[in-house]
Amino acid sequence: MYTEKVMDHFMNPRNVGEIENADGIGEVGNMKCGDIMRIYLKVNDQEVIEDIKFRTFGCGAAIATSSAITEMVKGKTLAEAWEISNKQVAEELGGLPEAKMHCSNLAADALKRAIEDYRSRKAQQEA
Amino acid sequence: MRKVYLDNAATTRLHDEVFAEMLPYLKDIYGNPSSIHSFGREARKAVEEAREKTAAALGAEPREIIFTSGATEANNIAIRGVARALLQKGRHIITTAVEHHAVLDACKALEEEGYRVTVLPVDAYGMVSPQDVADAIADDTILVSVMLANNEVGTVMPVAEIGKICRERGVIFHTDAVQAVGALPVNVDDLQVDLLSLSAHKFHGPKGVGALYVRKGTKLKVFSFGGAQERKMRPGTENVAGIVGLGKAIELATTGMEAKVSRIKAMRDKLIAGLLAIPDTRLNGHPEKRLPGNVNISVKYVEGESMILSLDLKGIAVSSGSACTSGSLDPSHVLMAMGLDHQTAHGSLRLTLSANNTEEEIDYVLSVMPDIVARLRAMSPVYPGKE
Repeated sequence: MYTEKVMDHFMNPRNVGEIENADGIGEVGNMKCGDIMRIYLKVNDQEVIEDIKFRTFGCGAAIATSSAITEMVKGKTLAEAWEISNKQVAEELGGLPEAKMHCSNLAADALKRAIEDYRSRKAQQEA
Repeated sequence: MRKVYLDNAATTRLHDEVFAEMLPYLKDIYGNPSSIHSFGREARKAVEEAREKTAAALGAEPREIIFTSGATEANNIAIRGVARALLQKGRHIITTAVEHHAVLDACKALEEEGYRVTVLPVDAYGMVSPQDVADAIADDTILVSVMLANNEVGTVMPVAEIGKICRERGVIFHTDAVQAVGALPVNVDDLQVDLLSLSAHKFHGPKGVGALYVRKGTKLKVFSFGGAQERKMRPGTENVAGIVGLGKAIELATTGMEAKVSRIKAMRDKLIAGLLAIPDTRLNGHPEKRLPGNVNISVKYVEGESMILSLDLKGIAVSSGSACTSGSLDPSHVLMAMGLDHQTAHGSLRLTLSANNTEEEIDYVLSVMPDIVARLRAMSPVYPGKE
């Protein structure tokens, strides 16, 4: 049911953990549906993602998509990262089972929340 | 890689002796049991011998056994059959919140057709109260259906007590005994049931064959047509090899059951104790009134499917009541009916044993489980960390 790539990310997740004093944190999901993803960002002055980490409660797809997106956007600008969709993350993993496409494929949403968090913090600092 | 099968509530391995008994009927003895020539007679003889064995195992008469394609069909024939047959008497059916979907959905379908269905709640252990059944019976109640043992959490229901109540009140009583055969004594008179469903592949028989016990005098309306087989209740040429397999499997499952069960129970208890030694875990279901082979735990801060995948990579096959494994967005209806919160339900893990398991396999599971839980917890945003 899962591709080899999904299983690889599930077993050897990239960038697990937290970033202390993160510049942006984004969380999606809830316990009712059984998936919670949290993404931490470290962003430099050029708005490039210098570091990214995640913590996820959820199924294999939830963990694999979280892991995959961290690899996809590390070193990218926030503008580039913003363009990534949940669908692209699933494609990066060689696809997900149909049932998982909607419930557990939320990593891009979590990343967007983290970017929004970064931007609102920055706006507050500048204000 | 080492393989450990701990999903025996889903299905079991075919017993070697069952396989051997079935083989001739897959090839050489191919007659249609309805044919009157020697080919047919030979097949008929095998079907009737299997019927006798099945009846003997349940304390029933051979003519009270109807072979079906499995328990789902048996449940449908029983529930829909009674509902249609007793239409003039009433339209009220009583069941429980933790039944298998074969029962719940059959009742739901009847609800759409104008029947009234009472779905009784269960307690925190998944147990229904006989008093609740008694209180729910009304003048127009025509059927009560309560499972003998729950497939997810292993809780053994007070079916004999409920059977007594139903008999006193003159209401037909059906039990889904799928998980119970070979695990508990299943005698239709002791349980005071009128209808009982079972499935061969749950006790080391083949898939695609089951049976419905129908107590003499119980009226069922037929809703499938096309032949006189199985007293017209289940028309169609008999699955001869399957039925032969069922007969042999139920004979094996119910012979010397006590010794087998006590061995399985010892492994179960070791597994439960070992798993509960992991911090922030809990047992789901009843601590004592529980199937001998059922272990159902919840591991806090971790989701069920991720544990299944991790165990699978170690060759261990288990299941979970998490939403991710149910094919829907909701976790198991059984765990939710028991009042578990979402996190506990999503973090459930079911390990079900059979006589084929060994204590060494239990040791293996217990040796890999703490690391699996620790790894997933380290990834979990809801895990507060070690104290």
